[in-house]
Amino acid sequence: MKEYQTITEISGPLVFAEVDEPVGYDEIVEIETEDGRTLRGQVLESSEGIVSIQVFEGTGGIDRNASVRFLGETMKMPVTEDLLGRVLDGSGNPIDGGPEIVPEERHNIVGEAINPYSREYPEEFIQTGVSAIDGMNTLVRGQKLPIFSGSGLPHNELALQIARQATVPEEEEGDDDGSEFAVIFGAMGITAEEANEFMDDFERTGALERSVVFMNLADDPAVERQVTPRLALTTAEYLAFEKDYHVLVILTDMTNYCEALREIGAAREEVPGRRGYPGYMYTDLAQLYERAGRIEGKEGSVTQIPILTMPGDDDTHPIPDLTGYITEGQIMMDRDLNSQGIEPPVNVLPSLSRLMDDGIGEGLTREDHGDVSDQMYAAYAEGEDLRDLVNIVGREALSERDNKFLDFADRFEAEFVQQGYDTNRSIDDTLELGWDLLSDLPKTELNRIDEELIEEHYREDESETAEAVQAD
Amino acid sequence: MSQAEDIESVDEDGVIESVSGPVVTATDLDARMNDVVYVGDEGLMGEVIEIEGNLTTIQVYEETSGVGPGEPVQNTGEPLSVDLGPGMMDSIYDGVQRPLDVLEDKMGTAFLDRGVDAPGIDLEKQWEFEPTVEEGDAVEPGDAVGVVEETVTIDHKVMVPPDYEGGEVTSIESGEFTVEETVAELSSGEEIQMHQEWPVREARPAGDKETPTEPLVTGQRVQDGLFPLAKGGTAAIPGPFGSGKTVTQQQLAKWSDADIVVYIGCGERGNEMTEVIEDFPELPDPQTGNPLMARTCLIANTSNMPVAARESCIYTGITIAEYYRDMGYDVALMADSTSRWAEAMREISSRLEEMPGEEGYPAYLAAALSEFYERAGKFQLINGGEGSISVVGAVSPPGGDFSEPVTQNTLRIVKTFWALDADLAERRHFPSINWNESYSLYKDQLDPWWESNVAGDWAETRQWAVDVLDEEDELQEIVQLVGKDALPEDQQLTLEVARYLREAWLQQNALHDVDTYCEPEKTYRMLGAIKTFNDEAFDALEAGVPPEEITDVDAAPQLNRMGTAEEWDEFIDEIENDLKEQLRALY
Repeated sequence: MKEYQTITEISGPLVFAEVDEPVGYDEIVEIETEDGRTLRGQVLESSEGIVSIQVFEGTGGIDRNASVRFLGETMKMPVTEDLLGRVLDGSGNPIDGGPEIVPEERHNIVGEAINPYSREYPEEFIQTGVSAIDGMNTLVRGQKLPIFSGSGLPHNELALQIARQATVPEEEEGDDDGSEFAVIFGAMGITAEEANEFMDDFERTGALERSVVFMNLADDPAVERQVTPRLALTTAEYLAFEKDYHVLVILTDMTNYCEALREIGAAREEVPGRRGYPGYMYTDLAQLYERAGRIEGKEGSVTQIPILTMPGDDDTHPIPDLTGYITEGQIMMDRDLNSQGIEPPVNVLPSLSRLMDDGIGEGLTREDHGDVSDQMYAAYAEGEDLRDLVNIVGREALSERDNKFLDFADRFEAEFVQQGYDTNRSIDDTLELGWDLLSDLPKTELNRIDEELIEEHYREDESETAEAVQAD
Repeated sequence: MSQAEDIESVDEDGVIESVSGPVVTATDLDARMNDVVYVGDEGLMGEVIEIEGNLTTIQVYEETSGVGPGEPVQNTGEPLSVDLGPGMMDSIYDGVQRPLDVLEDKMGTAFLDRGVDAPGIDLEKQWEFEPTVEEGDAVEPGDAVGVVEETVTIDHKVMVPPDYEGGEVTSIESGEFTVEETVAELSSGEEIQMHQEWPVREARPAGDKETPTEPLVTGQRVQDGLFPLAKGGTAAIPGPFGSGKTVTQQQLAKWSDADIVVYIGCGERGNEMTEVIEDFPELPDPQTGNPLMARTCLIANTSNMPVAARESCIYTGITIAEYYRDMGYDVALMADSTSRWAEAMREISSRLEEMPGEEGYPAYLAAALSEFYERAGKFQLINGGEGSISVVGAVSPPGGDFSEPVTQNTLRIVKTFWALDADLAERRHFPSINWNESYSLYKDQLDPWWESNVAGDWAETRQWAVDVLDEEDELQEIVQLVGKDALPEDQQLTLEVARYLREAWLQQNALHDVDTYCEPEKTYRMLGAIKTFNDEAFDALEAGVPPEEITDVDAAPQLNRMGTAEEWDEFIDEIENDLKEQLRALY
């Protein structure tokens, strides 16, 4: 291993050094400053004679006399099942005061693409206990379903609720298929306060022992955020595909990750794309998000719930936009619903789960699931439209039919979406609640639902409805 | 990628000078533009994209982590080519035509490793070759000399390669051959194998383009009925995320009446490709009843696979399509999504530090797009026959903004525009093709086909539907201000008719076994039934019946069930009769 004292330029997070032997692209570098600190970085560009290095911990304290060591390998994550229950910093070093990690294997953190031919299509329903998700935007094992949120919205509460409640229904009946559930939590640039909230909740519910936590806080170096999600996903892949865990990966906040990406791009003087973000951001994000899924012949799975805050609540901003093009849907948080006190404030209309159709229905959830969800979407959308009209002409000017749709939209928000962060509803509860709401509409308006299903579930009059609610 | 012939010249070795992501520069490499090279100790596949003095720039189709200066670069002396021959149907390739199933075997893992190559077609498999010419017959380039049953659906024609001279057949016989064995010899001394190679960036030669007059029947009402695509035509599907681009593309791949389907998943989701791989072998082809995969070739370069291979996957796909066109087939090519392709160009271009055009895209974006779409069309073939390629490109505009460069440059070329609408998708109106924004310039040239094959009054009936929808659009603006009840009675009725057009006719449930495919006759009959309702309703209105009573008749909501009705012919007869009876009973 050769050591150089040849730094020629330091600029932002980048260091340029002269070398006299070839260095591989993406290789890991250690830089030792004169005061004895060791900083880690990665080769961003390697040319004959000179390399540019991106330093994870920030370049503060580095001068021309600092020494540069090339380790001759790309970044690796030490992985072992013992990682469960541990808290690590954004570069993968333990910060919980526990023992050193003794790795079973060391995995390249960049990860290789899963061969599409070897994937197994995700279609196992995950019950999150949240009606707005289970009923309307079902999550399945191996899916990547982000939460699109805004500053000040309770996305963390929702993520925690999902992490706490997520189950696959059959397993509840004691049918143990040998696969366990694990949560990997990758925090990028969140505040110490938010981090405490998460940790408190993990400890309170005992979830920590089946979790691995990676913490890059807001005052940690921004460049490190490039590495944190990759460490988290490498650990997830190891647990899922070599140790048969069903892994749920929560990444928060992807917006901070993208900001870091932009910072490095700017420091490298790259040609910027939209709003200053690098042109390769789509590819870069895809290399994270696509590390979810199932593989044929393997027990485990990687399910991802990335969280991002949309700058200015604008879903056409490059970060949510590119994310939406890669992920399999999105859960949209809504500021209006939040101020009305709806918990969780999920707006189902712009939300979507692309894998829902294959994860629901007879044998998976319930035969009527698809139709009920479609009908509620259509009815709620119609009710929402009518609200605009009510503002102008008033409710009296609307027909009886229109008023029913307005009532439906109100009840939908107040009873179906609203449930609180501690209520865990089974899929049956959710669907029965759906029928309860739909039965307020005239039968003939239920044009998305199969006639036989209407006969079976529609509640003819008020007394029956009341009974059914009581029965619940 | 082509590996069928051994690489002879290895003496033009170069040395890596620098590595930056997928872009590698090398010195002392004796190569031409677009030559394929093997980079580094692991032999990663790449393509020459720039030559400047002694410095050659290469885009590498695999991950370059760990590759460093000083490692060798080896030139194959050949441009990026595809292997053409039997065995391409029922296959799944990556962006440079490496079969993904073979890669899985060779790599022994579910993850894509580096430096593994495989030929695009099986070189060892024996095919039953049946000559269609005899010794002594004269053949020219493009002529078929025999056929091979490639799949249950497709007879693969073995053709004289277009760059041959042709001549008299001196020897030909039937039997079992591998793709590399000679099946026929010509007097010119040329030997014909089932295997051909063709450089992907060059269009295969064909004769003149003709005006397409036959529709590509897609089985989707809004597409066939309002915005048809011709066999040999081009279409674009732009839409923001979540608006249903991929489902629309997949529906086309499943149900369109093309002979051959080439489906390119360019920079899209891995799970989506898996869905196609799992579904297609099980779905029946609506024309033949055989498995859909028997007529399908899949190219999957998902978003996390190397970006340079994403750039080339579009070319790989269209070259395969052209090869089957040369056999006289009608080929449909779906590219999902061309935006990802354009972004791959942008990424490579910015790493080359080229002067950027609009939004950072290279200045040659428009040229590259039009070059690609121009490879579509209905062609006179060089052997005198006819064949067509229809191209449907999905576009993913950032933020759903259609004014961005990829959408705009695409719209300048394509003649059918299916605009997907996030608003419609949100209310689960699928396919979410916006009827006010979309258009098809093929309508007029396809009307004669509809009139002779479906119904004589097709053009008028369709125009009636368009008019009603247009009127609804205008009326909605008023309704937004004053409410529906303030409208005159006839306009209220028009709104009701338009609602049925939207909900019963334009909407189609891709997940319903029956509704997922709608033959042209059914599309026409369903529209007819709504028109019957319209005509009868307005007669009743004129006779003084109040609009509430008209819209309340029992038979009207039945219109919504037409799409899912299995015995649709009888079902629609019944509705039409009921409508007439019930509405006439009101006055």
